[in-house]
Amino acid sequence: MSQSTEIAPMAAGSPDRLTGFKTFWHYFSVNRGAVIGLFVFILLVLAALLAPLLAPYAPDVQDKTAFLRPPAWQAGGSTQYLLGTDPVGRDILSRLLYGARFSLLIGAVVVTLALTGGITLGLLAGYFRGWVDVAIMRVMDLILAFPSLLLALVLVTILGPGLFNAMLAISLVLQPHFARLVRAAVMAEKSREYVVAAKVAGAGHVRLMLATILPNCLAPLIVQGTLSFSNAILEAAALGFLGLGAQPPTPEWGTMLASAREFILRAWWVVTFPGLAILITVLAINLVGDGLRDALDPKLRRS
Amino acid sequence: MLRYLLHKIALLIPTLVGITICAFAFVRLLPGDPILAMAGEHGVAPARYEELKQQFGYNLPIWEQYARYVGEVATGDFGVSISSKRPVLEEFKTLFPATLELSFFAMIFAMVLGVPAGIFAAVKRGSWFDQSLMGTALVGYSMPIFWWGLLLIIFFSGYLGWTPVSGRIGLQFFFKQITGFMTIDSLLYGKWDAFRSALSHLVLPAIVLGTIPLAVIARQTRSAMLEVLGEDYVRTARAKGLSSARVVGVHALRNALIPVVTTIGLQVGTLLAGAILTETIFAWPGIGKWMVDSIFKRDYVVVQSGLLLIALIVMAVNLIVDVLYAVINPRIRAA
Repeated sequence: MSQSTEIAPMAAGSPDRLTGFKTFWHYFSVNRGAVIGLFVFILLVLAALLAPLLAPYAPDVQDKTAFLRPPAWQAGGSTQYLLGTDPVGRDILSRLLYGARFSLLIGAVVVTLALTGGITLGLLAGYFRGWVDVAIMRVMDLILAFPSLLLALVLVTILGPGLFNAMLAISLVLQPHFARLVRAAVMAEKSREYVVAAKVAGAGHVRLMLATILPNCLAPLIVQGTLSFSNAILEAAALGFLGLGAQPPTPEWGTMLASAREFILRAWWVVTFPGLAILITVLAINLVGDGLRDALDPKLRRS
Repeated sequence: MLRYLLHKIALLIPTLVGITICAFAFVRLLPGDPILAMAGEHGVAPARYEELKQQFGYNLPIWEQYARYVGEVATGDFGVSISSKRPVLEEFKTLFPATLELSFFAMIFAMVLGVPAGIFAAVKRGSWFDQSLMGTALVGYSMPIFWWGLLLIIFFSGYLGWTPVSGRIGLQFFFKQITGFMTIDSLLYGKWDAFRSALSHLVLPAIVLGTIPLAVIARQTRSAMLEVLGEDYVRTARAKGLSSARVVGVHALRNALIPVVTTIGLQVGTLLAGAILTETIFAWPGIGKWMVDSIFKRDYVVVQSGLLLIALIVMAVNLIVDVLYAVINPRIRAA
């Protein structure tokens, strides 16, 4: 918000912005779950960043003397491998730590791609209406007509299995939610006084869309972005589990589960820990999402 | 009402066309030559290649190919599976009841637990029960269901030995399909041990598939109920001196259920996506596993038609939900 703030009635100068953050934090911190979620999420980011320092082993080092070693607290386990080893003797803890990098990367990339695409399409549709709107929204409806995982599966079949293609497919599948949200918000804002004022003051289409209207649609986008972040991690793990996402020996959590499947009745730990990591990550992000919704968007507030 | 229905159907036409374009484009977007892909590893002789090209119409202009495809689909010709050599529609018909049965019981599980839990949480808002239920619901909502299924197998099948690990019914039981639901068919034939076998195979997959809908329904019921409990007519009912049970059970519940019904309908897409994972884990012979297997077998005729058929089902169910919603809530029809 640069020049348009002078026109906008609810201008947010720098002192106001600080109070804005304080109000936000006030509402956010009321929700204890959200604060815990944020704390866990920060820990995960640290684990991902510091994986090479924290992990006792490299993720792909195999110990040929320690196949399927149980975790330290169980009979037969040792503190050498805290969470045990997998069928080819790799340290599960180290692989999980490195895996955090993939999951967070997937979430970040997918949300960035889906946001960029969704915002662009939603802005165009809501701002111009007419045939542009019809064309864009029909395509979005079409994407939503398929169950998301199925569409992602088919797209990966076309693009070829792999982490990057899985991310592309998932962003495409998640994009309509953003486009719909932005379109609805733009249509609601477009006829408000501050937009008309900016228009009269001579702002062009691009400026009106990006500088005047978009900042006022941010709250629901942030909430949706958070929820999509966790969705992306789940879907990528599901694709990895089905063998179409990240390929072995990548220590991606879903892929780890896939290669552990045949050992489920013999070695519970190879299955339990990667899934637990996915659950904790997704849960933490969803908790943050709930808190953000309560703090940012009074309309969506959970009663 | 009829106008509303026709309007809704007219809105679906572009989506319908889009779905056929997607299915049509799928085979052509695959890397490599579609005929070579169908021929598989063995390859194909050049003469036979030309013959096949003629047969499938790949020498025609693209829009003629599309028209031809739509014509085939409209007459119920969904092609022949490359791996099994059986018509795709026939395979679909034998496998779909399995997915339907699984989804049906998953939904029953989700509703029977989710709706009362949501109501109770709303009535006892802020209580210990409410807080732990909402916490549990969020865990359920965040659950990677493929992992959840594996955990249940480890515990109930491996450790306790209560349920079979995979499949739909014990191999010793065989009977001709009547409804396609193993649980119902076995009862119709009066075979109690077959029924028990079918049920024990069904329990874990249904729980796994129903977990996310359960969480969504519980949350949705709670918030719909909370909203309704704050309405004037509920206060009036209370003021009239009606019992709390009657106010909640009759006056509030009927109105709270409207958004819940929609939520349940909208879970169909989630169920079918979940079925892909659930069926893969439990080796459940439904369309989800069929799709995944076909992708790995490179049986693209099945993937193409399966994609089309599944999208059509989702579309039809959404239409039914829309119409039901309008029946329950007359305000929608006017809009």
